[in-house]
Amino acid sequence: MESAKYVSQKISKTRWRPVSYSSLQQPDIFVTGSWDNEENKVSVWSIGNLGSSGLEDGFEGDPQLICEQKHDGDVLDLQFLDQERIVTVSSTGAVTIFRQDQNSQTMSICKHWARAHRYPSDNAPSTGVACNSPEIVTVGEDGRIIVFRADQEGVVRVIENADSSTLHAVTYLRTTEVLTVNSIGQLKLWDLRQQSNSPSQILSLSRDRVPLYCVDRHPNQQHIVATGGQDGMLCVWDVRQGNMPFSLMEAHSAEMWEVHFHPTNPDHLFTCSEDGSLLHWETSSPSEMPSFLQGGRNSNMTSRSAMAPAGGNQSIISAWLHGDSSKSRLETTHMLPSQTLSVNSLDVLGQCLVCGTDGEAIFVNRQVPV
Amino acid sequence: MESVYIFDFICLTSAFLPFFSQVSILLAIELIWNLCEVLFIDAAPAGSLLLHLLDWVRLHKADVDEKAKDVLQSDSPAEHHNYWDVVVSYVLQGRLEEARQMLVKQATLQPASRNMYKLMDSLLSKMPFYNPGGTQTLTEFDVKWRNWHEEVDRYLKDNTFASNRHLELICKILVGDEDTLLEQKELLSTWYHFLVTRLLYSHPTVKPTDLHYYAQSCLTMFLDSRSVQEPLDSILLAAFEFDIYLVIKDCSIVLNNWWFVAHLTDLLDHCKLLQSHNLNFGSNMREFLLLEYASGLFTHHSLWQCAVDYFDHCPELGRACLELQIERVPLDTERKALKVLRICEERQMSEQVRSICKIMAMRALRNNRLGSALSWSIRAKDAAFATLISERFLQDYCAKGTFSDLDLIDNLGPAMLLSDRLTFLGKYREFHKLYGEKRFKEAAKLLLSLMTAKIAPRSFWMTLLTDALPLLEQKEVIFSADQTYELMYCLEELTSSLDTEEDVEQTKVELLRLSLARNLAMAIVKEGTVET
Repeated sequence: MESAKYVSQKISKTRWRPVSYSSLQQPDIFVTGSWDNEENKVSVWSIGNLGSSGLEDGFEGDPQLICEQKHDGDVLDLQFLDQERIVTVSSTGAVTIFRQDQNSQTMSICKHWARAHRYPSDNAPSTGVACNSPEIVTVGEDGRIIVFRADQEGVVRVIENADSSTLHAVTYLRTTEVLTVNSIGQLKLWDLRQQSNSPSQILSLSRDRVPLYCVDRHPNQQHIVATGGQDGMLCVWDVRQGNMPFSLMEAHSAEMWEVHFHPTNPDHLFTCSEDGSLLHWETSSPSEMPSFLQGGRNSNMTSRSAMAPAGGNQSIISAWLHGDSSKSRLETTHMLPSQTLSVNSLDVLGQCLVCGTDGEAIFVNRQVPV
Repeated sequence: MESVYIFDFICLTSAFLPFFSQVSILLAIELIWNLCEVLFIDAAPAGSLLLHLLDWVRLHKADVDEKAKDVLQSDSPAEHHNYWDVVVSYVLQGRLEEARQMLVKQATLQPASRNMYKLMDSLLSKMPFYNPGGTQTLTEFDVKWRNWHEEVDRYLKDNTFASNRHLELICKILVGDEDTLLEQKELLSTWYHFLVTRLLYSHPTVKPTDLHYYAQSCLTMFLDSRSVQEPLDSILLAAFEFDIYLVIKDCSIVLNNWWFVAHLTDLLDHCKLLQSHNLNFGSNMREFLLLEYASGLFTHHSLWQCAVDYFDHCPELGRACLELQIERVPLDTERKALKVLRICEERQMSEQVRSICKIMAMRALRNNRLGSALSWSIRAKDAAFATLISERFLQDYCAKGTFSDLDLIDNLGPAMLLSDRLTFLGKYREFHKLYGEKRFKEAAKLLLSLMTAKIAPRSFWMTLLTDALPLLEQKEVIFSADQTYELMYCLEELTSSLDTEEDVEQTKVELLRLSLARNLAMAIVKEGTVET
């Protein structure tokens, strides 16, 4: 069960602060970015210490505001660069790095690239950012891909006209390779080591080229990505396999804004949408064993997709690739009470999930069943 | 709708405050709202009515509890300077249990007056309160209450409490003595508290229809020469008179924002308490107020999304208003435009969808984002705009000799069918690809079909025929005889409609005629040769 915290600002993005994997701590700090306000803000919240055990409810108390900082323009994407620094991209086309000082509980701007994304005579919103410290990659409505380094003043590299339409999201596949999605339903792979301004690969659906708004890579298998777009369908792709997604699942009745694999339990996936719902997807194999440990005898192989997995290595097959919406293999749960306005963003880490809506509310769930 | 009320109310009251302080407006609104709930919605009958009014007064007079806390936390509560104020306030509010508990503390300090305190305690404990859920009828309660009232009166007349002015005061209050109550102006602080206390101790079975007599007289008695009737008082009076329309009207005038009246009217309408008062412009009052409120919301930079829900609930004019307003939302980012479009599409407002997509597409085109422009025209199913974009591409090609944005043209997919020009663009690019891959026969066939199937615009035929030249000039015969005849036919069709005075075209035409003739000759020979 979640309770809503009303914060008087429409939330466009929310992210958990990373926790070190060695400690088995649950996350306790998250950051939100707002949009559509005259004065937008980046705010840091705490859900308090979870030292004490055994609470039946999923929540303990409201998130408390620790500090906040003004942000020029809508916060269109937000990522943690490391424990202390946050990168945001703005509707003004600017890219900013904020630092949160743990001791003094304040936040300050430590780097700002104004109008990184732009048109010749106008501002161009920047729509997505991906980080691989110290490298930062941003994309925008101007179709540019820009590479920054957190320790350098100028821009490292610009791929001009990487796309003739808007790039909505970007994610790292490998340390030198990024994947972008655009308004004409294409996934493009970019090898950052190459100097050319063309993608190394383009994938798209053979049917309607629906705009794609979000993408996320499987945490363990770098060739598997999930995308979501205007028609609310969840697609899971194998980028080695070329032009066909492996599975297409009907998810939402409106735009899907974000898709996330659970970072440590990738049999779980979360999506949120303009239709106000947040879905928790769980694949399970019939024999109750986690599918990725089942090796070649995965009964999912008998599904309609006749493609053999590439690379010959059958011991690790993601259940996602053979997923379809038949209940025996895939379960979805609604995680929010019904009738909220659009859920714009979500993040999941450990057992904790946070999401933000256009209803000016933040929901936190500390007992996500993963 | 509740969460919508809460957050947008807070935003709006902070935005629209004229003269009053924020807190006092909120308190006033809450006071009026609760009273309307009691009188109009709960519509309590005699007996329960007073109990509800008591609750209402207690809810809005929190300072008693604060004072009481102070007193109780002191070393010797019974000697605290506010002690008697607290006791009297409890009595004025009908909180007799608590009054008794406080009095016990005083009683222990004054053992000599033990009997008096015991008596007072018993009087307080015996006061009958109507129990709506019980088996007692109102009449029975009335009888009981009168008996108790007479008993108190007797003790008063016997001067039982004369030696203790505080207890005497309490006794007078219990008997409902108006002058005594009026003397407690400071503790009562408002005329409606006075009203409720007076009713409690003199007419506990007051009927709703009689309420306004008492209200009016209490107001008059309470206000002296110093104070003047405030707008809030008129509104409360109107409520006591059960004049819903007057309440709504006065609230609209006094409160400088539509939030309260819109929601109150809506609530009353749902309770079927408002007879439809048809206004001149065809919609009823509830809808009028909701539309006013929602239109105000729409001008807010972020609350426009809530306003949509309000328009949805106005059956007569809501849709029309929404159609007008939604197009005025400023679209700074694509994401915002997508949200607005979703709202329009869910309500089948296709006109607005087209117009918003066109705005976004034009903007994209201006910034040379042809892929974005195409994506918007696909969403709007706007064939005309798709044609425009294709023209841009073709112009670019003619100017530069190469295609820009190949990633788009090569991957058009089914979108190609949206407009003829777009289809042509896709096919033309395909021709170039085939030529590049040296699949000449297929390229030739495609090129011809572009003209014969009338996919290519007439203006482009010259370019296409010029593209055919290298194919005609190949050593190997590519175009068959039939195909060559067709090409010649196309050329003739073109020249007959073209302006023949253009020399440049003339040379090209001549060149083409020559090539075609040569090709025809070779083709006929080739086709006539029997392979042995």
